[in-house]
Amino acid sequence: MATVSPTPLLKDELDIVIPTIRNLDFLEMWRPFFQPYHLIIVQDGDPTKTIKVPEGFDYELYNRNDINRILGPKASCISFKDSACRCFGYMVSKKKYIYTIDDDCFVAKDPSGKDINALEQHIQNLLSPSTPFFFNTLYDPYRSGADFVRGYPFSLREGVPTAVSHGLWLNIPDYDAPTQLVKPLERNTRYVDAIMTIPKGTLFPMCGMNLAFNRELIGPAMYFGLMGDGQPIGRYDDMWAGWCTKVICDHLGWGVKTGLPYIWHSKASNPFVNLKKEYKGIYWQEELIPFFQSVALPKDCTTVQKCYIEISKQVKAKLGKVDDYFNKLADAMVTWIEAWDELNPSGNISAKIPNGASK
Amino acid sequence: MRTSPSLLSLTIDSAVLNLSNIADLSPLPDHIVIDLFLRTLRAGKLTERVLKLFIDTGKDEVFSLIQALNIRVTLTPVLPTTIKDDEVDIVIGALRSDLTTFMNEWRPMFSRFHLIIVKDPDLKEELKIPEGFNLDVYGKPDIDQVVGSSTSILFSGYSCRYFGYLVSRKKYIISVDDDCLPARDPKGFLVDAVAQHIRNLTNPATPFFFNTLYDPYAEGADFVRGYPFSLRGGVKCALSCGLWLNLADHDAPTQALKARQRNSRYVDAVMTVPAGSLIPISGINIAFEREAVGPALVPALKLAGEGKCRWETMEDIWSGLCVKVVCDHLGLGVKTGLPYIWRTDRGDPIASLKKEWEGVKLMEEVIPFFQSVRLPREATTVEECIVEVANAVKERLGSMDPVFARASKAMLDWIKLWQSVGSSSSRSSAV
Repeated sequence: MATVSPTPLLKDELDIVIPTIRNLDFLEMWRPFFQPYHLIIVQDGDPTKTIKVPEGFDYELYNRNDINRILGPKASCISFKDSACRCFGYMVSKKKYIYTIDDDCFVAKDPSGKDINALEQHIQNLLSPSTPFFFNTLYDPYRSGADFVRGYPFSLREGVPTAVSHGLWLNIPDYDAPTQLVKPLERNTRYVDAIMTIPKGTLFPMCGMNLAFNRELIGPAMYFGLMGDGQPIGRYDDMWAGWCTKVICDHLGWGVKTGLPYIWHSKASNPFVNLKKEYKGIYWQEELIPFFQSVALPKDCTTVQKCYIEISKQVKAKLGKVDDYFNKLADAMVTWIEAWDELNPSGNISAKIPNGASK
Repeated sequence: MRTSPSLLSLTIDSAVLNLSNIADLSPLPDHIVIDLFLRTLRAGKLTERVLKLFIDTGKDEVFSLIQALNIRVTLTPVLPTTIKDDEVDIVIGALRSDLTTFMNEWRPMFSRFHLIIVKDPDLKEELKIPEGFNLDVYGKPDIDQVVGSSTSILFSGYSCRYFGYLVSRKKYIISVDDDCLPARDPKGFLVDAVAQHIRNLTNPATPFFFNTLYDPYAEGADFVRGYPFSLRGGVKCALSCGLWLNLADHDAPTQALKARQRNSRYVDAVMTVPAGSLIPISGINIAFEREAVGPALVPALKLAGEGKCRWETMEDIWSGLCVKVVCDHLGLGVKTGLPYIWRTDRGDPIASLKKEWEGVKLMEEVIPFFQSVRLPREATTVEECIVEVANAVKERLGSMDPVFARASKAMLDWIKLWQSVGSSSSRSSAV
């Protein structure tokens, strides 16, 4: 990565949040890149099981008992038996940035054969601006070797702060169950050497496998919903967080990037198990997408928390009739914000609604 | 009583069954090669590879047989079988007179199609075009005759190519600047930009939801988890915007500042530009379905100091914004990404700076205008949409700068021209 100045490590400003139910062997491969950082391990499933963390890492580990103890009755908003529980890690972190990764994701190689330092790329993405108001056909204009193209208005070239950096996956692609069933052997081998800002007003499916964000900016919106045990749905945790996050970022004038870095996704989950989990989601998302596409946040929602509470009200009003689950989810969203504010009393990033070239 | 087959006969039969394992037939005696050839034919096992095997023996009798039986190798088309060669026009605006290198370099990709070459009316020299192409060339006299000398002003400089769009009768148009050559991909293979554009146009676009693995219809890709199923059918792709290696399409200030910067990053992706998002569409490397959006590519914004370098124009940017707004309104898609072409070094950005400031300043007004323009529901054809945009331009931008008032009039003139001269088969409403 030929940058003019080296990317800062940010080792005291970034936490790595890892949900796990198995083990953390994958960390060995990441050691050269992760060792400087503090890890927050969220242990899902049986709290009596001991998860061994490889030597030499600085970490804090939370199991279900810890979550219950720390949040008390509010712990009901944190999912059990689903990687959605990872958002507890976001809540207890005290750092400015979060990087979250799944425990079956390994270091990928770029086309030249070199190991990809995914964390470094995410940091670069987060530290450089986004350009959501006008699409740059050469993708990320702040990358070395690139720039804005002819016709790109100069007034928009400063960009806006980047709230989210969404990375991708080589090998096992993030397909839904039906696609997995139809194409069990398909592997993602295409290395697309680009980072781009997702335009304002456009929704996307946010995958939590390889994700970084500015916790101080957008943290409260990164609630991964009610999934897993006792819930009618699974594998839509990151989707839900992504739609809420994008709507709020669009409203507050922040950017969401997608593209590099790639990680190597090694484990294909069982498509039949996935189908059972996703089944309802596949139908519900037909309602959810129009809902999120039409969410209008009033001007006085100037903080992420206010935006989020407003969304939860609209979820209850408009999605409650799709299924009672959404009433529970709306309540859980409120609980989440309450818990967030309790654990993070001072942080209330307020954003001036931009009057830039917005629609 | 049937005689048992000879050992030779059995061997030849066995060879027919094992042709895939045979690499060289030349050691065989002539009569055996012929016998093998005939039995291969009878067994229906003559493929291109097998035919080559026989041809490589160099035996005259094989050649006579091939000729006598009129056996011909058909090249497997790169294109999906739904596209016929006669559905495509390649339109080139000639701003330079010597097109020899350009045409010869593009020959492998262009030669099967019909070409329309439109000579910039301001160009004095005769065009030099190599042999072997199926083409029509238009110059100033033709333009004057078809559109009348008062409207022919629309087609000067880079805008001359729009005349080609007007007179084309094909379904798809592919257009590249005359200072661009085929690019090579990271593996060193020449990129068939024409085939890629056609692939983009004949596969659906997905403007309503972003797919994080980019083009879901590409080989080895698909829609990701979380992508609503009801949106997976996509919509028609009306426009395909390609990119450029070497000299990227930067504006003059940027190129002047980064004089040595060349684009060497090959991004292996095609993606749909989301609905509601605008993009600066460069005319250097585009393709579109003429029948779907032809009238929306308008030769309208002519800078006062417009010149003969891309740095000194904004006509394509303006045209692209019109197309995108119309596509969004009619539910059509616009893709960007592959194919790449190689843009040769040309021109002096610093000299162009003087002229291009005008364009750069205008963009500050142009973008907010296009972002806020709303087309009424009653506008259901491309022509109606363009007329609406033209009127909005006059109303909201006309007083800001005379170039906008002229653009508005040019757009209306263009629509009139399109209706009188343009193809009567042009279907212009939404799918």
